[in-house]
Amino acid sequence: MEVSGRSSFKPHIVEEWVGKVYTILCVFVLVVTIAAMVYFVASRGLSTFITNGVSLAGLLSGLKWDPDGDPALFGALPFIFGSFATSLLAAAIAAPLGCCAAVFMTQILPGVGKKFMQPVIELLAGIPSVVFGFVGLSIVVPVLRAVFPGQGIGIAAGAIVLSIMILPTITTIAADALASLPFGLREGSFALGATRWQTIWRIVIPTALPSLLTGVVLGMSRAFGEALAVQMVIGNAPHIPRSLFESASTLTSVITLDMGNTIMGSAHNNALWSLALILLLMTFVFVFVVRMLERRSVR
Amino acid sequence: MKKTLLLIAAIVLAVGLAACGSKTNNSGTTGGSTSTNTQNGGGDSTAGGGSAADSGTKLSGSILAAGSTALQPLAEQVSKEFMAEPDYSGITVQVQGGGSGTGLTQVAGGQVQIGNSDIFAEEKFKDADADQAKALVDHTVAVVAMATVVNKDVTVDNLTKQQLVDIFTGKVTNWKDVGGPDEKITLVNRPSSSGTRATYEKFALGTKSEDIPGSIQEDASGTVKKLVSETKGAIGYLALSYLDDSVKTVKYEGVDPTEDNVITGKYPVWAYEHMYTKGEPAPEVKAFLDYMMSDKIQNGDVVQLGYIPVTKMQVKRDAAGSVSK
Repeated sequence: MEVSGRSSFKPHIVEEWVGKVYTILCVFVLVVTIAAMVYFVASRGLSTFITNGVSLAGLLSGLKWDPDGDPALFGALPFIFGSFATSLLAAAIAAPLGCCAAVFMTQILPGVGKKFMQPVIELLAGIPSVVFGFVGLSIVVPVLRAVFPGQGIGIAAGAIVLSIMILPTITTIAADALASLPFGLREGSFALGATRWQTIWRIVIPTALPSLLTGVVLGMSRAFGEALAVQMVIGNAPHIPRSLFESASTLTSVITLDMGNTIMGSAHNNALWSLALILLLMTFVFVFVVRMLERRSVR
Repeated sequence: MKKTLLLIAAIVLAVGLAACGSKTNNSGTTGGSTSTNTQNGGGDSTAGGGSAADSGTKLSGSILAAGSTALQPLAEQVSKEFMAEPDYSGITVQVQGGGSGTGLTQVAGGQVQIGNSDIFAEEKFKDADADQAKALVDHTVAVVAMATVVNKDVTVDNLTKQQLVDIFTGKVTNWKDVGGPDEKITLVNRPSSSGTRATYEKFALGTKSEDIPGSIQEDASGTVKKLVSETKGAIGYLALSYLDDSVKTVKYEGVDPTEDNVITGKYPVWAYEHMYTKGEPAPEVKAFLDYMMSDKIQNGDVVQLGYIPVTKMQVKRDAAGSVSK
């Protein structure tokens, strides 16, 4: 870079400044984007309560969702229940699978794990969610329908599809955590005469537990926000289901089904934004939990 | 020290943003955002050149159409043929989906020139928004009929209106009560905001259907067909263009859902596909709408894609739903 005139503007000083300004600009854009999105969702979502006069308690605890009815009813509890049920169940399925895969990849057969398993699992993360949804609809639902009573669609189908989707998140974070453990930890354990399994179970996993939990929470947060794949297999009836194999809804499936069909600014549309706001707040909670876990793991 | 500085900066930013945000919000609700103005301006200028167009000048401009996914395949195919015509090569047409509500909102707000919708704007813009429908001009371009479909194991051939109402409100939950096998009925419905569902409720049922527990709601016709064909005892409804051997069609009050029966007005479960413009269309938009109504498209693409030509209809219907010859 050529600088004419004053001698104080040496090339490396200019470089320093350009770098600084560029970095600050990027941070600024990022902060503005995030703030704008939070503001937009909040302003739309809150107008349900302010303009349309829906009570917050009614939205959070109401069991009947009938936004086009007379009177319109906005009870979102079935969706909140559905979202938590599917993502918790998905995490319950995926957490043992992911953590065991990570243990295998880093502790038992690191060679095969690094060369073969890790790329395969990471490949899962790149598959579009509509593909997961279609596979769920074509394979998981018919199998569940044949084995269990009911229509096959429902929370169980949603949770199975989601558990496969969040597997890469959990496995990758768990594998990183296990691989970054201090070298002497296992050697010390072996030196005391512990077997490999004793070392893994008593030393390695407890030490890495906060990081493993971070992976599980991040996976859950992805499951909570996933829309398309769940919408295709869960059935979307606005009721709390009586079994795992009966049609249910999640917050995201209702939003994706109805958003395009409603008029912007109408009560129905605003109520959907309120659901989006609940999702956003839940994401904050998940991030907060991850932060707490990280703080624990540092100590 | 640095942390507090950052925090202050963030707060200042957030407040500043909130102010900007509310500004754009206001202009959005009055429907007069800057983009609208420029677009209207553009429309006017071409309108001024409209007389010039008659005397041989080529039309040019870009048209954005958005909305109903039911109309999207037709609009997309026609737009390609339209742009391939030498007379209209100066016009670009873009078609997007997004649902009837999106189409109507965006055309009323001026973000798009054509808003595609399955149902009349008067039916969507209700109560406080009713004024917005008045500014829109309706262009019906095709007719879509819907048939009641059931899983193949259901032996019922014909359902009366009352039987359908009982089924879709959850009063009847077993096929044996309407003359079929002893089997649980599974409803495959559309979401409550869907235009297809509104049409079916209005003209087949005459009443709202219930979202009963255990029912399934899907918005994509392909998914509806798949679920009806695979789930025992399932019932749903599909546009005629989606029918094939995988599902069984049921007569409505003894009338087969065929194109002829829709044209003569015997079969009542059908709806117009609308293309709304805000005010009278600009010349290039009008050229596209005229092209849509030409014999070539109405008897070609429209029929080929499973819609019914609006020009063939022997009956007419208004927004209130009353039918006239």
